Amino acid sequence: MIPASFDYHAPRSIGEALSLLASLGDEAKLLAGGHSLLPMMKLRFAQPAHLIDLNRIPDLRGIREEGSELVVGAMTTEADLIGSSLVRSKLPLLAEGAASIADPQVRYRGTIGGDISHGDPGNDHPALMLALDASFVLTGPKGQRRVKADGYFLGVYATQLAADEILTQIRIPIPAAGSGWSYQKLKRKTGDFATAAAAVMLQMKGGKVARVAIGLTNIAPTALRAHEAEAALTGGPLDAKSLGEAARLAMSICNPTPDQRGDVAYKTAMCGEMTRRALLAAAARATA
Amino acid sequence: MAKTHAVSFKLNGKPVAAEVEARELLIYTLREKLALTGAHIGCETSHCGACTVDCNGMSVKSCTVLTVQCDGAEVLTVEGLERAGTLHALQQAFHEEHGLQCGYCTPGMLMRAYRLLQENPNPSEQEIRHGMAGNLCRCTGYQNIVKAVQAAARKLAAAPAAA
Repeated sequence: MIPASFDYHAPRSIGEALSLLASLGDEAKLLAGGHSLLPMMKLRFAQPAHLIDLNRIPDLRGIREEGSELVVGAMTTEADLIGSSLVRSKLPLLAEGAASIADPQVRYRGTIGGDISHGDPGNDHPALMLALDASFVLTGPKGQRRVKADGYFLGVYATQLAADEILTQIRIPIPAAGSGWSYQKLKRKTGDFATAAAAVMLQMKGGKVARVAIGLTNIAPTALRAHEAEAALTGGPLDAKSLGEAARLAMSICNPTPDQRGDVAYKTAMCGEMTRRALLAAAARATA
Repeated sequence: MAKTHAVSFKLNGKPVAAEVEARELLIYTLREKLALTGAHIGCETSHCGACTVDCNGMSVKSCTVLTVQCDGAEVLTVEGLERAGTLHALQQAFHEEHGLQCGYCTPGMLMRAYRLLQENPNPSEQEIRHGMAGNLCRCTGYQNIVKAVQAAARKLAAAPAAA
């Protein structure tokens, strides 16, 4: 299986990539890690006339702390995230989530920005970004704009990223000390997309939920933030009753596509179960 | 005729060059242009790991990397593991521990295990299984592959110069 012919461009800077994108227009696709796009091109699901490879732009890589945020270059790979002591200490949810993606070879190539902007509901970073309340820096010909993860994902393969823009940075507020976290992902085998998964960030205070954020993977055309479940949990204890209610509310927003991973009822039920498990695991890690 | 690109990189320590179309995948350049048939084509969909090679210190599935992306890279394939006729500790260990039956997945297994041991010279069984999860074997049930990687790790710890 070989992709159809295309012209290949390897810009060395964000500016050069933007000019290529401006001149080539709709005929061009951005190439990040290539582990979604190249397989799609082999199958002729995608047939771009031009590929703009972002792999040789050093400014798109790296992880740094800036004020109260961690700033992650869009072309930072999953392996970079997992291996980063900064990510492991400040954003352990991101390291845990990245480690659940695909397999080691794919994690060396696959990037956080590619995963976010591909728009496949099976990708894991969108739900992680929702739970972490991340923002994305989109750079276009007129400069930069910053958009929240919540609202960025519009549908299957559709995000707020415009055709002339590049996702350049992911900016994630560093969670309060003592926050608990968990990404619970049900998958049939290594390398598979989630049947359902839930990402949770949790702050407890005096035995009650002070703040909780829940992101859900692969149970709707986009990753979803479970706002109603969050609201129901906030201010109360985490017990069998509140967990059951949170799972029920998370399930109530599910609209999964049936496939070999399961039918609608099964995937919805698994979303509830992953939500429950992620809340419990996050609670076990939360202090205060 | 589509436009071609002149690509040069280091392959098993030696400089090589190839003229490729942008759409050419690394596995085809290795096997058909450079006549190194150690890396195998299995699924061609980046699932099975049979085509795994080492590129710039990373294990990659060479069916999902464009050759043009490897310009200037350092690539190591299974053919580059032995030194002057002596098998690499991993190759020897796969032989001794019976880490293969049909052998189709073996070059990919060896190259993935090579990078795993470079990054983690003393992995636990769990770390080996997690670290080798991108390589499928339909014969062995993996048990002897894990044993072989453990045996190679011990051998390399005793004689680190052979890593």
